[in-house]
Amino acid sequence: MTNQNTTTPGATPEHIEYVLRCADNALILGQRLSEWCGHAPVIEEDLALSNIALDLVGQARLLLTHAGTLEGRGRDEDQLAFLRVERDYRNLTLMELPNEDFGRTVLRNFLASAFQVQLWTRLVDSTDRDLAAIAAKSLKEARYHLDHSAEWVIRLGDGTALSHEKMQAALDFLWPYTAEYFTASPADEAVSQAGIGPAWSSLEADWEGLVLPVLDEATLVVPARTPFGTFGKFGRHSEHMGHLLATLQYMQRTYPGARW
Amino acid sequence: MERKEWPLWEVFIRSRNGLDHKHCGSVHAPDAKLALQTARDVYTRRMEGVSIWVVKASDIVASDPDAKPELFDPAEDKIYRHPTFYQLPEEVNHM
Repeated sequence: MTNQNTTTPGATPEHIEYVLRCADNALILGQRLSEWCGHAPVIEEDLALSNIALDLVGQARLLLTHAGTLEGRGRDEDQLAFLRVERDYRNLTLMELPNEDFGRTVLRNFLASAFQVQLWTRLVDSTDRDLAAIAAKSLKEARYHLDHSAEWVIRLGDGTALSHEKMQAALDFLWPYTAEYFTASPADEAVSQAGIGPAWSSLEADWEGLVLPVLDEATLVVPARTPFGTFGKFGRHSEHMGHLLATLQYMQRTYPGARW
Repeated sequence: MERKEWPLWEVFIRSRNGLDHKHCGSVHAPDAKLALQTARDVYTRRMEGVSIWVVKASDIVASDPDAKPELFDPAEDKIYRHPTFYQLPEEVNHM
């Protein structure tokens, strides 16, 4: 990425939080997907899921580096990825949930990449030039992630009785967590007013426009929205996050500053 | 136990500067669309290609390996079939 438009340090806390949320969603989902490496049902999907995980970790690196620059406290991508405490991670709870099985994994990828496609499409026009450049790169990757996962959701949802049952159970489980994308936050409000990026709540209709036709083709029934809410983006995570971070942070905690 | 394996697909990739698709391997996939996706994930991770073909392996008609003597050996002593006995003008020297 070129640095000719590098944002000056001293950005607002809301701006930093917004970029961190983008970064942490990519980082934590990438970490979860990497767990499939060597364990996927077939070697072809092993590679596909690992490719997607690597795309996401690559996005996270750019976004964390950018967040560190905006913050202006000298923290680099490694310090932000490996040395924060749980409450400082801004990813949605959806990302940290265990993979469970292949069906739930591709369904989460589908729900998440549909959102990413909408978000990156908007952020390409961000007044934050670095963020816009990252969005342009990430949009291409997210489009493929969406294609890959949508094809699987359709085949498994509209597959055998067993695959359908598993996918419906996965959708019933995951759907309530997607509400967190669209709950209002002060950071979204400030960032959208500054022209840096859209309030995520404004993307709900477009996200549904991508998601619902595929779920329908997959013969899956979308659950009704309930008052259930999660708060990962405010740093309040589920019981799964600590375990994930223990694995993610182990090397840097054990061998501080290690490089490879 | 009955095994329901996915069909095998042969993968052909055209490289960035290549004119033709070249066979590079095979993948297992339940249908054509996923075979293409899978081929992309398995065989173009390092910028190997700009175009992919997949063909169901069972749709390829192959010559019989045991028929090599009658199919290919007779060509061995027919060197006159190579266009190497012509004097080419300078202008077409790079044929």
